[in-house]
Amino acid sequence: MSINLKTPNPTAKDPLSVLKSHLHAACAATALLLATGSFAQAADLNALIWCDHADPALLQPFEEANGVKVNVKEFEGTGAGMAIVEQSQPGDWDVMVIDSIDIPRGVEKGLFEPLPEDKLPLADLFPQVKMDSSTVVDGKRYGITEKFGYNTIGYNKTKVDPADMQSMAALTGDKYKGKIAIYDYYLPVIGMAALAIGKKTAELTEADLPAIKDELLKMKANAKLVGEVTASQTALATGEVDILVGGGEWVTAGLAKENPALDFSIPKEGAVLWSQSLAMFKGSENKDMALKFIQYIMSPEGQARLATSSCYWGMPANTKAALSDEQKKILRFDEQPDFLARAQPYPAPNADLDKKMQDVWTEMLQAQ
Amino acid sequence: MSATGNAGCALPWALVTPALGWTLLFFVLPFLAMGFSSLTAHDGGGFTLSNYSQFFNNPAYWQAMVNSLQVTAIVTVVSVLLAYPFAWILAEQVPERWQRLALMLAVLPFWTSYVVRSYSWLLVLAQNGVINRALTGSGLFSEPLQLANTRLATITGFVHFFVMLLTLTIFANLKQLSPSYRKAAADLGAGPVRTFLHVVLPLTLPGIMVGAFLTFVLCIGDYITPQILGGNNELLMPQLVMMQIGRRGDFPLASALSIILMAVVTVVYLACARWLKIERA
Repeated sequence: MSINLKTPNPTAKDPLSVLKSHLHAACAATALLLATGSFAQAADLNALIWCDHADPALLQPFEEANGVKVNVKEFEGTGAGMAIVEQSQPGDWDVMVIDSIDIPRGVEKGLFEPLPEDKLPLADLFPQVKMDSSTVVDGKRYGITEKFGYNTIGYNKTKVDPADMQSMAALTGDKYKGKIAIYDYYLPVIGMAALAIGKKTAELTEADLPAIKDELLKMKANAKLVGEVTASQTALATGEVDILVGGGEWVTAGLAKENPALDFSIPKEGAVLWSQSLAMFKGSENKDMALKFIQYIMSPEGQARLATSSCYWGMPANTKAALSDEQKKILRFDEQPDFLARAQPYPAPNADLDKKMQDVWTEMLQAQ
Repeated sequence: MSATGNAGCALPWALVTPALGWTLLFFVLPFLAMGFSSLTAHDGGGFTLSNYSQFFNNPAYWQAMVNSLQVTAIVTVVSVLLAYPFAWILAEQVPERWQRLALMLAVLPFWTSYVVRSYSWLLVLAQNGVINRALTGSGLFSEPLQLANTRLATITGFVHFFVMLLTLTIFANLKQLSPSYRKAAADLGAGPVRTFLHVVLPLTLPGIMVGAFLTFVLCIGDYITPQILGGNNELLMPQLVMMQIGRRGDFPLASALSIILMAVVTVVYLACARWLKIERA
């Protein structure tokens, strides 16, 4: 059987012509869409963020004040964020939220633009969270710490003895066996395990890993689950567990109204200080607006909104954050000087040690 | 060859080109890219097999594959055992006019989001969840059992999903089965049990195997359910793959682990290929 593709009726439209005209129309429409899209993209601010920056209460005031739309894309983990950037075109992104310790990774890849220090409220930041060793590379500032907190012991004070939470020994003893959850992020919890065995987080080497692994295995033996942010927060909030290893104000503060029994301690061994920074992309075509955004986030108002974001709370890096007295109380704002003095920096391993730490974590997860 | 002959030959190709193009763009090329990535070093070095050797040399990685195979095997077997009688009841016992409604009710859980369904199971199985309250309230247990954040919870979440899938494939197979087969078996003196074992079951085996294979493939590659319900008390392969990406962005190792997982699925496919024909033998 054969099919005659020629139409026998000269008055009817040739199907091929119809298809061509439709294709042309589709191409034109696509071009138009792309053009309008690119205009919109040029006028907008495109931000790679963590979930706390997606809160409309944080973004709307900036958008209204500057007549700009902030397009956000959430990611978890620096590796995932970097992958998004690598798959994008230069100029696609303007600003990025990143673990402070990972700023040198971005600088090494040539991603970030130096920030003008004179246009940022650096003098108002808690001195311990400036993290110049990470945020300044070759004398140039590439990031500014915007929010920080502690990976420490989060707990329900109606279920556990708060005095026990002053020592990490409680995490590996029998008293709270089966009542513990572990936050599923290897760097801070490895940092906590290091503190528990008397090591300094800034001085960890491969030789410390066997002892750290033993400590992690003891914690795991007592734990009911090892969960990411939502799972571990839910477990503590619903009473599935009473203690969260690696928890802190980022878990308890946001839930303070619903569950005032949740609290955190900085045990005698110390806690791990986490901090997140803002960086600007070198390829940004909207650097002025990107800087305005960073300035807004670092302003007292922006800091208060970021600190109390609906996704998770955390301490604002700016000491002048416009927090209410109640919010300051929940965040234990006035105790920060003492907390900061006892906290140790986030482990910042090189690539090789990082890999080995992750393998230790994998072994801990697989241990029965 | 005439022009119309050429057109007749070209048309099938024209029709199949979009599908071929789609497969090429969204399967073959990404697969090749993943294969290439798996043979490169994370630090940007040259060609290496170290990503594969890590899997075979690290017991924790190897254990993830063992865990995945165990969980997947249990889920597949349990789902088949539950789905077959369910499908049989739907096909044979439920009157024709109610079958459509019954099927719709059977697949109702498909309508909810996979993530929401998994979190719902977490609440059901939690220490203060419905099951534990019933167990402690009835006096059967004095203390709540740890049901959530276990392998059992992961398997429960999977089985809930895949029983529906298998029910559909087996139901379709049962409906296609001509009643003549059973009548002939009865005429030859076979009782209901013998008819089922020697006639119905073998003839519905392709449906079972197709459903079981789909269950295996979807289950072994699933990240959400073990992540939400398993409590990370053990790692399965998809979790291990994701772990390489999160902070370190180690795509070469993640690619190698994914290809190993695909190789296992391929081996299972080849083992089942005999039964995976659409038409009956």
